[in-house]
Amino acid sequence: MIALEVSNLVKKYGDFEAIKNISFEVHEGEIFGLIGPNGAGKTTTLRTISTLIQITSGYIKVYGYDVKKEGSQVRKIISYLPEDAGAYRNLTGKEYLEFVAKFFTKDKDSLKKMIDKGIEISNLNDRINAKIDTYSKGMMRKLLIARAMMTEPKLAILDEPSSGLDVINAREVRKIIKESVNNGKAVLLSSHNMLEVEYMCDRIALINAGKIVEVGTPKELKEKYQAQNIEDVFIEVIK
Amino acid sequence: MFFNMFKKELKEVLTIGSIISIAAMSFVFAMIGQSVGNIEEKLEVKPVIGLINNDNGIFGIISTQILQETSDIIYNGSDKSAGLQEVIAKEGIALIEIPSDFSDSIYNNKQGKLNINWVVQGVGPFDGISSDVLDYVLNAVEKEISKIIITQELDLDPNLILNPLTTSQTTFLKEKEFRGLSPNELINTFSTQSYLIPTLIMMIIMMSGSSIISSMGLEKENKTLETLLTLPAKRNYIILSKIIASTISGLILAAIYMVGMTYYMKSFSFSGLVDLQAYNLTLSIYDYTLMGLSVFMSLLAGLSLCLALGSFAKDYKSAQSLLFPVTVLAIFSMLMTMFMDFSTMPTFIKIFIFIIPFSHPMMAMKSLMLKEYALVLSGIIYSSIFAAIMIIITILIFNSDRLLVGKFQKNKKRTKNLVS
Repeated sequence: MIALEVSNLVKKYGDFEAIKNISFEVHEGEIFGLIGPNGAGKTTTLRTISTLIQITSGYIKVYGYDVKKEGSQVRKIISYLPEDAGAYRNLTGKEYLEFVAKFFTKDKDSLKKMIDKGIEISNLNDRINAKIDTYSKGMMRKLLIARAMMTEPKLAILDEPSSGLDVINAREVRKIIKESVNNGKAVLLSSHNMLEVEYMCDRIALINAGKIVEVGTPKELKEKYQAQNIEDVFIEVIK
Repeated sequence: MFFNMFKKELKEVLTIGSIISIAAMSFVFAMIGQSVGNIEEKLEVKPVIGLINNDNGIFGIISTQILQETSDIIYNGSDKSAGLQEVIAKEGIALIEIPSDFSDSIYNNKQGKLNINWVVQGVGPFDGISSDVLDYVLNAVEKEISKIIITQELDLDPNLILNPLTTSQTTFLKEKEFRGLSPNELINTFSTQSYLIPTLIMMIIMMSGSSIISSMGLEKENKTLETLLTLPAKRNYIILSKIIASTISGLILAAIYMVGMTYYMKSFSFSGLVDLQAYNLTLSIYDYTLMGLSVFMSLLAGLSLCLALGSFAKDYKSAQSLLFPVTVLAIFSMLMTMFMDFSTMPTFIKIFIFIIPFSHPMMAMKSLMLKEYALVLSGIIYSSIFAAIMIIITILIFNSDRLLVGKFQKNKKRTKNLVS
């Protein structure tokens, strides 16, 4: 089943065209990576899919729901993790997870289950009861990943999920994301880290200057460009 | 090196926003100065009065002469209601009646009584200024009568010689008659409301306004806004929850503040001397309900304005500077409604005050005491419309790209920074 369908998407800021007619699909149970340099349009694409910014033309469908017309339905089944997201610093980690969980369920049991899952994913142990204000960057990111994944979104949209994390924490985050698709969910992520993308993603799209320049599995792309890794593919493509 | 650092610091501190804010503040003071200037002019001109002299005795004639010399007499007849109408129509300040037994009373060792019918337009502290002018004139009348008694060597009580006059005062305010009250006594009765309510509203608007604008700035600074907007919650619920939470917090702060202020103001208030019930100045449950509604709607309107402004904040610091225009408006409303009655304000200030939604509860208490519901009800309706418009504008901003990406620049290079 198609989890996400982006068709002829154009996004303009005034006269400036940030996204130039891009199209791609993400399937259920798939991790799809959007990779490209700074300013290529990755975050704009993710923000548009997440209902945060308006579509200039084209359409986006998430599990059949039109992002432009059925934004509130889309928000029920997605989870968006911005690159430099933060959390309410006056809350504890657990209170923050509870705050978010209450938007998704009113049932007490499923609320508890959701929060417990969040606590488990975050792996913050006792520090989950400490104020977010006292968290390190890595702890904050793990809490936010937990927030994004605990609701079991049908489509998780993750912007640079391991950004700012050390090797150990980054590895843990990758593991969490990988496990989530085992349950039939879909993940769309963006990254600068091409090696990470190669390791995690089933398929990738290379985006440059607002255009998708190549789509395929890492294996296909490496073969096509006779490259050793995706980083080399990328260099070849944007040459 | 110094100039490099100096330039950077100056650029940070001296922004166009801060210059506009100070300019707005000086405009407010200029407007207030203009109004105070009008009051000084009032002091310099002769009091405009009506006169009814029913006494053909020497003291009646002398009093009439002095009043004619020192005042601008717009009515000189014998019909009280016609005289009052004339005084009201020509914006005079009083109709003075000299009773037929005025001279005889003095000759009989009793103080001569003048009936003074004051006509006041408002109950703000500045509205009492013109009535003070007439007090000087009456002092002159009294001195002249004392002089005649001494010259004629009349055998009268020394206390009477020094104080031959007494007055019976009635104040007419907007078709209402306050028998036995001078304008200053009436103004003092309203003084608690004149100071307490405007100060209270100004404080709440500044405190709650600051918290709601800052909350938007913090959402952006702490990068929580994007997450919030992608949660399955309607944008209008997010907006309403922010506004209503701040309004309720404002009302709680108001209640706490009011307790302290009431005790503080009691030490300055003279309203205890006047029996409010006797003059039908007490508030009914209906009046209190309207007052509560006026405070609530005005807070809702003020805080909706703050949230709309807050959505333009880039961070906490810029949020604070966005509060400045609201502060200026709140201080202006407070000062104007504190010292002047809405009805006696110059027209352009009247319009300005009406447009500012938080002026309405500042004026409501006085209006409710006088059972004048038109201004209170129109204020509630206006504040509701203002709040609704502000909420709609905020919803539109929340549903647009502007909230997250700011204003689009025509310059391509600048716009490119929005994209990553």
